[in-house]
Amino acid sequence: MVVQAMSEVKVQTMSEVKVQAMSPKEVVLANIRAAQGGPADQSIPRLYSASVDLSPAEVVEQFADRLYDYNATVHHCTVDAIPVTIAGILETRQKTGLLIPSGLPTDWLPAGFNFQRDEGLSYADLDASEGVLTACDVAIALTGTIVIAHSPAQGRRALTLVPDYHLCVVRLSQLVATVPEGMRRMAALLPAPLTTISGPSATSDIEMIRVKGVHGPRILEVILVE
Amino acid sequence: MSVRVGEAASALPFPEAAKKLVANSQLRRNVRHATNVIRSKRGRVVEEMPDWEQLRDSGKAIKDHTLAHLDQYLIQFEAACTKAGGQVHWARDADEANRIIVDLVKRYGSDEVIKVKTMTSDETRLNVALEAAGITPFETDLADLIVQLGDDKPSHIVVPALHRNRMEIREIFMGKMGLDSLGYLPEDLTAAARKYLRERFLRVKVGISGANYLIAETGSVVVVESEGNGRMCLTLPEVLISIVGVEKVIPRFEDLEVYLQLLPRSATGERMNPYNSIWTGVTPGDGPQAFHIVLLDNGRTKVLADPESRETLDCIRCGACLNACPVYRQTGGHAYGSVYAGPIGAILTPQLQSMEHSQTLPYASTLCGACYEVCPVKINIPEILIHLRTKVVDSGHAPLAERLAMKGAAFAMSKASRLSLAHAFARLGQWPFNDDGKLDNLPGLLAGWTEFRDLDAIPSQSFREWWSKR
Repeated sequence: MVVQAMSEVKVQTMSEVKVQAMSPKEVVLANIRAAQGGPADQSIPRLYSASVDLSPAEVVEQFADRLYDYNATVHHCTVDAIPVTIAGILETRQKTGLLIPSGLPTDWLPAGFNFQRDEGLSYADLDASEGVLTACDVAIALTGTIVIAHSPAQGRRALTLVPDYHLCVVRLSQLVATVPEGMRRMAALLPAPLTTISGPSATSDIEMIRVKGVHGPRILEVILVE
Repeated sequence: MSVRVGEAASALPFPEAAKKLVANSQLRRNVRHATNVIRSKRGRVVEEMPDWEQLRDSGKAIKDHTLAHLDQYLIQFEAACTKAGGQVHWARDADEANRIIVDLVKRYGSDEVIKVKTMTSDETRLNVALEAAGITPFETDLADLIVQLGDDKPSHIVVPALHRNRMEIREIFMGKMGLDSLGYLPEDLTAAARKYLRERFLRVKVGISGANYLIAETGSVVVVESEGNGRMCLTLPEVLISIVGVEKVIPRFEDLEVYLQLLPRSATGERMNPYNSIWTGVTPGDGPQAFHIVLLDNGRTKVLADPESRETLDCIRCGACLNACPVYRQTGGHAYGSVYAGPIGAILTPQLQSMEHSQTLPYASTLCGACYEVCPVKINIPEILIHLRTKVVDSGHAPLAERLAMKGAAFAMSKASRLSLAHAFARLGQWPFNDDGKLDNLPGLLAGWTEFRDLDAIPSQSFREWWSKR
């Protein structure tokens, strides 16, 4: 009995006493400082390509090609033809209208359809909608990526997520060739939340067979404005 | 203080676990098919990048630089994230992280959470802690949902349910989702998951995520995903809690351009994964209005302390080494007894646990080097495996024959004259077992080595002997 009682008395070393007085943050940082080492300031090589040697027309072609690869539909049009292009798409898809963010240019909208601005719509409203029409902030050709910074012409994040259909207008001035070029432009948009979209949502979790359309919009359609 | 890596401390030794799994031909077929598909896709999209090696060099250098200044970058991240409205918590181990998260969920008055694939939470066994506190966690990644509903364990870093085929998944979904009928096509099964989860996405008030990167400079957090379940969990709930290992921080926003090119091509063989979410603290009127992040140590600083193997922490969890590994492709992930399988698991799991558990894992490799070749951040896994094997030997956990062999090798190789003598003795000793230049069925302590493989016999002349006679 006595021996047992003795063993329960834990003698604390100085370092243990000290550790107990420290916050978890202080302990983790102290452990890091005791552990980290290595070359103090080796330079980081950045010899990868920040740009590519493609003509503007080739960049556009590559972007469209990548989107096609992702099973996104691509339309080309001029600025003046945005409304008629949108009208044609909605007729083909048999939609009566779409949700739009509050800052979307009104001169894009064709007459004869119901465009509802997202002013505090509930998630259920978004879920029940026929889809959403937005602009974008940056597009990257090499990876077929659209970047949305959720500014007024793109709306809050839920608006381009919950609806099952996303129609996105990309202007050529927004298109860059490479990921590093895209990142330069994205950096300027911080601290806004950024979403990069490369095709409709997808999964290959079952037998590695690609299924297009899971939780994000199952259909992504892009209008490239030249 | 106790480090937990899933249930790795009580897992079977690798050879025993592997023996059972290799006998399952269905599982081997599934694993081989999945790894073949990803490997060929990866090969195609890596080949089209003329600057792939330069990207790998940068990816490695950024991580190594960060690890050399980890304290500084974490402090910088905390300050920037806090300034943007996030709340940063620090956790020394798995239990502390789980406690912080359970307390937060309760404080916000929720008894359910939606989760986006986070291996770090598998490491801490967060779901067990949540359930013990009466909180229901819903996994939302399709593969994680299959694993959760099937009361199963993940077997791959990127595609955790690759060991299941469609018929098995159909059965799990019908049973657990209460469906009378369900097709067996991947499209049918995916649609069932969408329907099952959508109502939960729109209802549940607390989301839990991991993160692929933390950006020190801006305080931003990055989640890379494909299905949109990540965006749902990061966007729709009122409260977001992220659990992230301390090694996930990178210095600058610009560094992300390297990993956004390396990761999708290595992980799924895509030029870019469908979605990346990058958020910075809290944005009024958009997404969760409360954001908490738990920075987790759980053995990582122990890994950092060993200069020979600290580059293990460079890992960006792409899973390319699993798909390339001849051992993983035979056994699948469950044999590794850890949430981290394959070559990276074989070096990460034992180190996180201070080499006290999982000592057979550094031997779960043929040292063929395929993992090193495909690693997007150039982690020298074979070298670390050898380093960890010597640690296992030093700690006295290795089999007796190996310990004697290692000691003998150290003695013999430390002097050229001793090595020559050893060769001479070995040539004498091998003749009863020498069968046309191959050694098989060695006796005694060496039987284990030659049970499944033949050894080349020692030639009649060593290189030194040949050289000195020239």
